[in-house]
Amino acid sequence: MTYKPDLHWSDVTPQAAFLNRRQIIVTAGAALLAGPALAKSPYSTDDAPNSFEEITNYNNYYEFGTDKADPAANAGGFNASPWSVVVDGLVDKPGTYDLGDLLSGLTQEERIYRFRCVEAWSMIVPWQGVQLSSLIEKLGPKPGARFIAFETVVRPKEMVGQQRAILDWPYREGLRMDEAMNPLTLLATGLYGKDLPNQNGAPIRLVTPWKYGFKSIKAIVKISFTDTMPQTTWNMMAANEYGFYANVNPQVDHPRWSQASERRIGAGLFAGRQDTLMFNGYSDQVASLYSGMDLVANY
Amino acid sequence: MDRINQYLKTVPTWIVYLLGALPAVWIVFDGLNAIDPVRAIEWGLGLWAVRLLIATLSISPLRWAGLNLLRFRRQLGLVAFAYVVLHFAAWLTIDMGLRWGQILQDLYKRWYILIGMSALLLLIPLAVTSNNASIRRLGARNWNRLHKIAYLATGLGMIHFLMVGKVYTAEVLTYAAILVVLLALRVWRNGLRSLTPV
Repeated sequence: MTYKPDLHWSDVTPQAAFLNRRQIIVTAGAALLAGPALAKSPYSTDDAPNSFEEITNYNNYYEFGTDKADPAANAGGFNASPWSVVVDGLVDKPGTYDLGDLLSGLTQEERIYRFRCVEAWSMIVPWQGVQLSSLIEKLGPKPGARFIAFETVVRPKEMVGQQRAILDWPYREGLRMDEAMNPLTLLATGLYGKDLPNQNGAPIRLVTPWKYGFKSIKAIVKISFTDTMPQTTWNMMAANEYGFYANVNPQVDHPRWSQASERRIGAGLFAGRQDTLMFNGYSDQVASLYSGMDLVANY
Repeated sequence: MDRINQYLKTVPTWIVYLLGALPAVWIVFDGLNAIDPVRAIEWGLGLWAVRLLIATLSISPLRWAGLNLLRFRRQLGLVAFAYVVLHFAAWLTIDMGLRWGQILQDLYKRWYILIGMSALLLLIPLAVTSNNASIRRLGARNWNRLHKIAYLATGLGMIHFLMVGKVYTAEVLTYAAILVVLLALRVWRNGLRSLTPV
């Protein structure tokens, strides 16, 4: 007797319901982890976040090695506490701050952001942190401060990647002041309701979701207010490939690869690509920052 | 060394196909467990293509040093070609998702893709003529001249590998150094003309 299946295509769970179910599980999990303190931000995306495992095992963090798996493998010995941050330049309250003091009085929020790497892959990450604008207001920039510059810690003993001059350490990044003041710009100290894992930039990192991921500098030890556009690491490395602005832009390709589309990590082997959105889908919040600017020249 | 060479004569050459398939099986199974299976599989196949092309070009220098693996060179070269084709297929399907518009644009706009593609195209006539009948038809002299394209194709593959990363890692520089040494050994022994078909 031959087996005749009594199941039909109509019995398969529709993809929408399947995805929906996944999203409910994931967001419920995220809400549970985040606790009741963090209300849903209007800036958060409704897309289902990537898993904690994906976010913490697929990282570009050359201080711990160039392979995506290196940071998770090599960041275990990194000591993110205690942590102090130097604030200097054109600012009313310069000094060396303990991280807790730096962030005291600022509102912690959860922000579920799209994250688009310059290498044309993307994730959804549930960050926790403070709006950079709130810290800037607390520190009081002087009128001449037009840019804000950041530096990553240098500890070759704990960060094996820094033992070789693969990049010009310390890692440096910067924003124009209006970009830094944009409500999307986050200083993240956690993800999925936990302290930021070492491989994701513990204890404090920048998140600018409309820019390529390399702008989101990790393990920040220095914040400088300045009147000149600061040098940034990847721009120093290859100025024709990585600009200061580094806004996600499907129309402006990287010289060596297209930025028109991206692969969503976790989507599966045969998921293919999705179109990359202008400003990574954050045009409503940030397009006005660049009105009148030539985004081809200012890549 | 003579005993090793004597023993190698008793090893059937199809063993190379069998052993050559193992990395691909491992790449796929290991890749499926990776956070980004697409990148793991595409990258793994490309890496092994470079490794096997370099291995194929090592056969002659090894023979000069006394180890005779010449019997296995054809099979090794064909396995290397298979990895190049699989790597290309992985790019077309799981990476680009058959977005033909973007694929065609990349093919004429991106140097590293153009260079990798040229390496693949150059290897096709070599793969097609990797049989005894072709050697008879072309004559040994012409066949040898044709197969010197292997140096160019491997060099282009190496440049493609160097260009694909954001920085030059120790890994990719190591393979580049090995290839330079292999080519230098040929020039040192046979002169610059040994690398060119004319």
